[in-house]
Amino acid sequence: MATKVVMEALSPTMEEGRLVKWNKNEGDQVKSGDVLAEVETDKAVMELVARGDGVLRKRLANEGDASPVGTLIAVIAGADENIDSIVASAGAASAPATAPAQPAQAAQGTEAGSAPSEAPAPPQQKAPTQAPSAPPRPTPPAPPRPPSAPPAPPRGNGASRPAPAGGGRQRSSPLARRLATEKGIHLGAIQGTGPGGRIVKRDIENAKAAGVAAGPSAAAERLATEGDFKDVPLTQIRKTIARRLAESNGPVPTFFLTAEFDATRAAELRTQLLEMGEEYKVSFNDIVIRAVALALAEHPEVNAHWLGDKIRHFNRIHVAMAVAVEDGLITPVLFDADRMTLWDISGKARDLAKRARERKLLPEEYTGSTFSVSNLGMFGIDQFTAIINPPEAGILAIGGVEEKPIVADGQLEVRQRMRVTMSCDHRVIDGATGAKFLQTVRRYIENPLSLII
Amino acid sequence: MAVLTYRDALTQALREELQRDDRVFLMGEEVAQYNGAYKVSKGLLDEFGPMRIVDTPITELGFAGVGVGAAMVGLRPIVEFMTWNFALLALDEVVNAAAKMHYMSGGQYKMPMVFRGPNGAALQLSAQHSQAWESWLAHIPGLKVCTPGTPADAKGLLKSAIRDDNPVVFLEGEMLYNVKGEVPEGEHIIPIGVAELKREGDHCSVITHGKMVLVAMRVADDLAKEGINIDVVDLRTVRPMDVEAISRSVQKTNRAVVLEEGWEICGMGSQVVDFIQRECFDDLDAPVLRVHQEDVPMPYAKNLERAAKPDAGKTIAAIRKVMYLD
Repeated sequence: MATKVVMEALSPTMEEGRLVKWNKNEGDQVKSGDVLAEVETDKAVMELVARGDGVLRKRLANEGDASPVGTLIAVIAGADENIDSIVASAGAASAPATAPAQPAQAAQGTEAGSAPSEAPAPPQQKAPTQAPSAPPRPTPPAPPRPPSAPPAPPRGNGASRPAPAGGGRQRSSPLARRLATEKGIHLGAIQGTGPGGRIVKRDIENAKAAGVAAGPSAAAERLATEGDFKDVPLTQIRKTIARRLAESNGPVPTFFLTAEFDATRAAELRTQLLEMGEEYKVSFNDIVIRAVALALAEHPEVNAHWLGDKIRHFNRIHVAMAVAVEDGLITPVLFDADRMTLWDISGKARDLAKRARERKLLPEEYTGSTFSVSNLGMFGIDQFTAIINPPEAGILAIGGVEEKPIVADGQLEVRQRMRVTMSCDHRVIDGATGAKFLQTVRRYIENPLSLII
Repeated sequence: MAVLTYRDALTQALREELQRDDRVFLMGEEVAQYNGAYKVSKGLLDEFGPMRIVDTPITELGFAGVGVGAAMVGLRPIVEFMTWNFALLALDEVVNAAAKMHYMSGGQYKMPMVFRGPNGAALQLSAQHSQAWESWLAHIPGLKVCTPGTPADAKGLLKSAIRDDNPVVFLEGEMLYNVKGEVPEGEHIIPIGVAELKREGDHCSVITHGKMVLVAMRVADDLAKEGINIDVVDLRTVRPMDVEAISRSVQKTNRAVVLEEGWEICGMGSQVVDFIQRECFDDLDAPVLRVHQEDVPMPYAKNLERAAKPDAGKTIAAIRKVMYLD
């Protein structure tokens, strides 16, 4: 039986995918689970796998083509099976991979009984009067097929919709959602095989069998685990502060705290570590992340999300770091950063940054953070403000380390200095709260041995 | 156990209840001397006489009203309509008198009566005589509606209907009268409002009633050859409906196809789907699909009639779809 290969929703927000590379040629034997192609989503390059066995008979998308989710891009079938009707259906329904979604939307609108849009084209004029008596029809039209009929040729309207015209919302059956919750599987990590990429029961079962995204590897799951956070109900004063400040300053009422740390000892530590060997090399960024993680552990009120009707203080510390990529930025997450050694952080940060630039991050690697750090020091920026990544309550912007003249104990000295600016969501963090947090960060940065022990 | 036709099972129920309670009597067009248009009352005139088996003029509204009056004064009438297509003429008595009498009299009058007759399409009887009325009748508070699909259920439900103190609409299948099945002797009672799981499987629930039970069983046989095992839930009574039986099945299979003889819009299946979406929302892995008569008056031409009716092929296609096999 032929298997249609469609552009799948490989990220929670994906609406179309660009076929980067075919890994199989027409005529190749493929098994379910084989990687057919690499597909670039809106976030990363992901693998598109076969969902049936047979021969890759036809490729309908070229490398470089972008196709809306749900578009038929290949056909797997028996070596001499007739696939003409399937291939033809691709041409009719969604062939040009870059075609806009309007035709499908228009067809759906009429089919659903809604009045045609403003265009008063004569052929459509009867539609409104026909609509009430011509409802969408879930069953296939007559004539009936005998039970032993071969796999259905494409049916009429509504039988199998192509891409979810409407957007990148990930579709899943109620049962699939319930099972995912029960089994601790993050839906974002699963590719749906139902119509329009709908995640259905078998996808959850396959994911479970494959150990994909089970339990703690799913970022959302990580954050939702009972006991890993404490919800703080909003007091009246907190509500008033939130409302008034948001009125004044946009949806996230932000204020900024700037501090200059002495990074001389941190720089010395770095040099000494490097002298011990390449494997001990750490960056200023790693040092800051470690300091921030340890400081967050002491200031849970900063390690928080604003949830509208409450503030959530997290007991676990997941620090996102902004990484510049070719056409934007992405924020991979160091999960449980307070439990990582400086070298753990260094290695993981380097790996995440590298894969971010290659667009190979998995969705669960760039979601689920509780606080963020952004560093532009390497670009010669000595100070900047960063934009908060909601619902997080704060982000720390790190400037470059540079030599400056400093008066200490009445003596003029040349010291290595680093300026940081913390953006704070005032609904969650008050000035003094943020300042105390920065004091703690300063203590760690200026006493870097505490970051190693 | 005796193997009887659906027709003989009904006759047996009538005879047993006529014997059991002398307040029970049967009236309708041709029920006595002609032994019934479909011979359901065969032999009853000889056994019970013209006071108990009463031929009426061709006046559906009139004799349905006589039945209502008889029930009000304590008899237990069984009113036979030659077909439910003719019963449209009597709907005022069924809907406005029988269904509401107990309620509007503040409980002073019980309405222990049965309206029965063949329902649904037979073969090439054309648009006016090929209609399934259960959704119309099940719509009415105050009525109970039975739709037996097998001889045993026909007997057991008719006995329950005759003994019920409320008006019961009893929908028989014209094409079922000759269907044979095992029927328990004597006191065989099927309670009103209890469905039966006629076939057990894990892959998909097919919820149906009346004549379509046979179609569902054939579908179950065909699909079993492919390794697909379906639950066939026979509602048997569509009002009151056995919601728990539906839920039990759908919670097990996670998908459902609702099969009925009538039209789609406001059909019996709409009500079943409504129950499912409320009771089984988190159990559904696919939208519930319905199989029903196409949305046209029944065509006379044989090929068009076949195309318009719900059948095994359409049911299998729907099952495959909710199982994501196509």
